[in-house]
Amino acid sequence: MQFGVFTVGDVTADPTTGRAPSEAERIKGTLAIAKKAEEVGLDVFATGEHHNPPFIPSSPTTTLAYIAAQTERLILSTSTTLITTNDPVKIAEDYATLQHLADGRVDLMMGRGNTGPVYPWFGKDIRDGIPLAIENYQLLHRLWREDVVDWAGKFRTPLQGFTSAPRPLDGVPPFVWHGSIRSPEIAEQAAYYGDGFFANHIFWPPEHTARMVKLYRQRYAHYAHGQADQAIVGLGGQAFIRKNSQDAVREFRPYFDNAPVYGHGPSLEDFTSQTPLTVGSPQEVIDRTLGFREYVGDYQRQLFLMDHAGLPLKIVLEQLDLLGEEVVPVLRKEFETLRPAHVPAAPTHASLLAEAKATAEQSRSIETGKATQ
Amino acid sequence: MTHRTHRTHRIHRTLVVVTAGLSQPSSTRLLGDRIAAATSRALAEGPGEVDVEVIELREHAQALASNLLTGFPSDDLRTALDSVLAADGLIVVTPIFNGSYSGLFKMFFDCIEQGSLNGKPVLLAATGGSARHSLALEHTMRPMFAYLRAITAPTAVFAATEDWGTSGSTHGALAQRVDRAGTELARLVAVTEASRPADPFEDITSFEELLAG
Repeated sequence: MQFGVFTVGDVTADPTTGRAPSEAERIKGTLAIAKKAEEVGLDVFATGEHHNPPFIPSSPTTTLAYIAAQTERLILSTSTTLITTNDPVKIAEDYATLQHLADGRVDLMMGRGNTGPVYPWFGKDIRDGIPLAIENYQLLHRLWREDVVDWAGKFRTPLQGFTSAPRPLDGVPPFVWHGSIRSPEIAEQAAYYGDGFFANHIFWPPEHTARMVKLYRQRYAHYAHGQADQAIVGLGGQAFIRKNSQDAVREFRPYFDNAPVYGHGPSLEDFTSQTPLTVGSPQEVIDRTLGFREYVGDYQRQLFLMDHAGLPLKIVLEQLDLLGEEVVPVLRKEFETLRPAHVPAAPTHASLLAEAKATAEQSRSIETGKATQ
Repeated sequence: MTHRTHRTHRIHRTLVVVTAGLSQPSSTRLLGDRIAAATSRALAEGPGEVDVEVIELREHAQALASNLLTGFPSDDLRTALDSVLAADGLIVVTPIFNGSYSGLFKMFFDCIEQGSLNGKPVLLAATGGSARHSLALEHTMRPMFAYLRAITAPTAVFAATEDWGTSGSTHGALAQRVDRAGTELARLVAVTEASRPADPFEDITSFEELLAG
């Protein structure tokens, strides 16, 4: 099982001091968070993509390439890449380049974004959100798998004899997750391609996630990529950790009460019981996270949101220490013990390359067999 | 609702009253109860049984505000919303504030997803200080339910403070109006098989169809 962090990249004032970081501080802070993630033994760092203040990550591959140069093991991912408003040709090029720079430590999560106005900024119409996600990804999928592509669709100019360069590292496209909160079409899309499905999970009651993952698993089996319990599932999570539960609640409450998404609404207590947010001791985070498996089955990737709502960098880094040192090692062991042998781990570049080689080997021996007959 | 499973044996109907009255006891609630009783009487002339469930929105006031911010209802609020979606007929009652339904009333119906009240029989009712507010039913409430594609009973019931005088409320114009509206709703309920919103997780569009646009 992979563990990591995902960031929205919001510039939010610390409600306890009223001070907001500059964009420069937040961008550099993001790098510090990624490096810390690797240092404390996490597997994945994923950044959101936004094109409006108060968010800073408008250029994910620039940031991820920089992080790639400063890390050794960390898998770099997105949460999410806007498959609706980005040109799929540019996504194919940018992420294939990143894949080469990072020696394959790259995957992506496709999403439709949470900001209505972003569509017209990029010449698109939000009412086409789902059709854009479907058509653009279909093209992206081909661009990474076919050297020469002839293509025509509704939303971009046709391509004739087009080759997306560079070709994916070792001829193996980056693994793709599809993220959605409650659009069944996206679970269907992930299942159709045999890609991963990532349920945002946070900020919503678990029933939403359970229903989406169930549909994805059923359809994954329907499209014959494997059994339902072999489908590749990722989940979001949200935690604030202190050794002592009461300290965690006391320290996090002002950030919770003023948070951009849910602040000034439900109480911390209500929200922690209604959504995956856990504010407490390492053991409480461990117990809660192990509980996710009860409604989604054995899954492959757990990402935590640790750096939003104006939490200063210093606290975020302390949180990552606690997550990496006291929470994740236990989760890793427990999840591994619970996972049946036939349930795969999350795909990596190495595992996909091995798979591709095995498939090529198999078809070669079939060809040889035919030839000798 | 669980009663629904008996439908093959005998007709069992549920009326849900949604009241946005704020005081306790409230005249808004009282009006809702009167209308529910009149509708039940009218339905009782036909076959089957009637259940009445009352949803007091004041109990969900905080959950409604939270829902606006978080996008999802608390457990209790969801139970109330589910009752509304499953009802055979709705009686909706609000005090009139500043010439329109109350904010609390609107917040509740803002949690209803578009399409989920399609074809639902609804009776509109309101209370206010004087009869001069009565057309708020027609120019604010009825358009909202038209937007939600509910089927509204032609008679909407408005009760002003002066209508609650003894003779007025039990034998007079208000009582007649309550009976007429209740009978209209009962007729709509009797002839309507309220549409159930399609569950996108049960009836999924295959990816081949999605690709075809």
